[in-house]
Amino acid sequence: MTSNTVLRWGLYGILILFAAFYLMPLFVMLTTSLKSLEEIRTGSLLALPREITFAPWAEAWSTACAGTQCEGLRPFFWNSVLMAVPAVAISTVIGALNGYVFAQWRFKGANLFFAMILFGCFIPFQVVLLPMAQMLGFMGLAGTIPGLIFVHVIYGIGFTTLFFRNYYVTIPQELVRAAKVDGAGFFRIFWSIFLPLSLPIITVSVIWQFTQIWNDFLFGVSFSGPGSQPVTVALNNIVNSTTGVKAYNVDMAAAIIAALPTLLVYVVAGKYFIRGLTAGSVKG
Amino acid sequence: MEWLERNVPKLVLAPSFVAILVFVYGFIAWTAWISFTRSRLMPRYELDGFIQYERLFAAPRWDVAMNNLFIFGGLFILFSMVIGLVLAILLDQKIRAEGVLRTIYLYPMALSLIVTGTAWKWILNPGLGLQEMVRGWGFENFTFDWLIRPDMAIYTIVLAAVWQASGFVMALFLAGLRSVDTEIIRAAQVDGIPTHRIYSAIIIPTMAPIFLSAFIVLAHLAIKAFDLVIALTGGGPGYATDLPATYMYAMAFSRGDLGQAASSAMIMMMVVFAIVVPYLYSELRPRRDQ
Repeated sequence: MTSNTVLRWGLYGILILFAAFYLMPLFVMLTTSLKSLEEIRTGSLLALPREITFAPWAEAWSTACAGTQCEGLRPFFWNSVLMAVPAVAISTVIGALNGYVFAQWRFKGANLFFAMILFGCFIPFQVVLLPMAQMLGFMGLAGTIPGLIFVHVIYGIGFTTLFFRNYYVTIPQELVRAAKVDGAGFFRIFWSIFLPLSLPIITVSVIWQFTQIWNDFLFGVSFSGPGSQPVTVALNNIVNSTTGVKAYNVDMAAAIIAALPTLLVYVVAGKYFIRGLTAGSVKG
Repeated sequence: MEWLERNVPKLVLAPSFVAILVFVYGFIAWTAWISFTRSRLMPRYELDGFIQYERLFAAPRWDVAMNNLFIFGGLFILFSMVIGLVLAILLDQKIRAEGVLRTIYLYPMALSLIVTGTAWKWILNPGLGLQEMVRGWGFENFTFDWLIRPDMAIYTIVLAAVWQASGFVMALFLAGLRSVDTEIIRAAQVDGIPTHRIYSAIIIPTMAPIFLSAFIVLAHLAIKAFDLVIALTGGGPGYATDLPATYMYAMAFSRGDLGQAASSAMIMMMVVFAIVVPYLYSELRPRRDQ
């Protein structure tokens, strides 16, 4: 073997080792969720299940106790869906219109406002937690799903605006000028020129917002009530619930269930997920 | 009607403008105000100087939280950057199955930190996790109980956070490596310059802005780290793994100490701004020159 092939083998060796490191927790979660408690106690962490059981999954979905409520993850999973779908849709629509204005309808002061929005993307949410709790109380939205939708829309429009603005800025302004000469108005131009071009960036925005909102814990734990908790909060409650025997297999099944929607999005549309991540950090 | 036509763009932005003004800047101002009062369970609005900040800096728990932030933040950023860069360079060597490997390295970023914390909590638990497995292989004195040791638990948070975010840094760096002008690289190769020199002297220096971006994003993640601590250690043992974010939350929602919650949140924001403001400023400036 030449030294070059040795190097090649070493290269692949290292890459595969890292792949094993990243996959190990997922593997452990999956195998643990398919073992009985008895097998977990006697077997080894990385061992495959000797007898596969789906009972932990059934328990995690419909009977596990989160705090005092023993209905599994199911109601909370639907809470997350009811929260994420409108919040993603509304924040994406607002972001698209804002981005369109910032990119193509500049006016005096627009740059300052854009800087203000950009700045707002970076604040640690702890700094708005207390007043938001008060505000939701005044609005009668404390502990409700509409309240959570409201919060996610407000703090989501910064990023969605950024996505659309950076995308629309690449569309030549002559296009708008020509359309204006033809008598088309603001919305008409958006509807018939910009929207048809927007599918990639809509995908990026939807995926980014969905991942953010589905995975959110801070707003969920701060602003939800017993009936409106999102799935992440319920998962944490199930894992930390102290009643009875510690059911690691149920915890792992619950963790996978909570992770499934965003994992699915990642597998199906990973390209757009990465674009959102990088667009959020490298500005145009 | 013509006025309306002319001002449609402004009207479209108006709701967002009001929302940002109130819910971002107004709320920051509110929190800042409360941080200068004696508010406890309920907000009080009479200003009373720096009393909350004095209490904050005198609190041992806050001290631990800030220390942890520097340990966690420093190591998290360092390891994520190093691993991300190494993986990106290795993946850049015309690797077969690059797409598959990239997908594997990056998937943790799609997970909720609560899921990540739950998984690592199980793996690292000394009773049935890694420690027990290695002991089962015959190494009976093997000990890996960081999760329950007050002096070591913070490093388990580093481990889980690096696991989650290093793939993302890899993706950033890989995109950067690919954007370097291939003409220059080919010219260097023709001149017989060895590969490691091409990387250290040509490619990596041109990626400086990407290093900066990665640093900003990671620092930002570190300061906001909350979910992971809650899920992995709950801030424990004791408050050994508290971070400013968990301290703030504990004061706000379980201790009923709004003054402390507000002042700790303000400190967090100042740390973020110290890092982000120079960055945003440099990002926004060239645009004005155009």
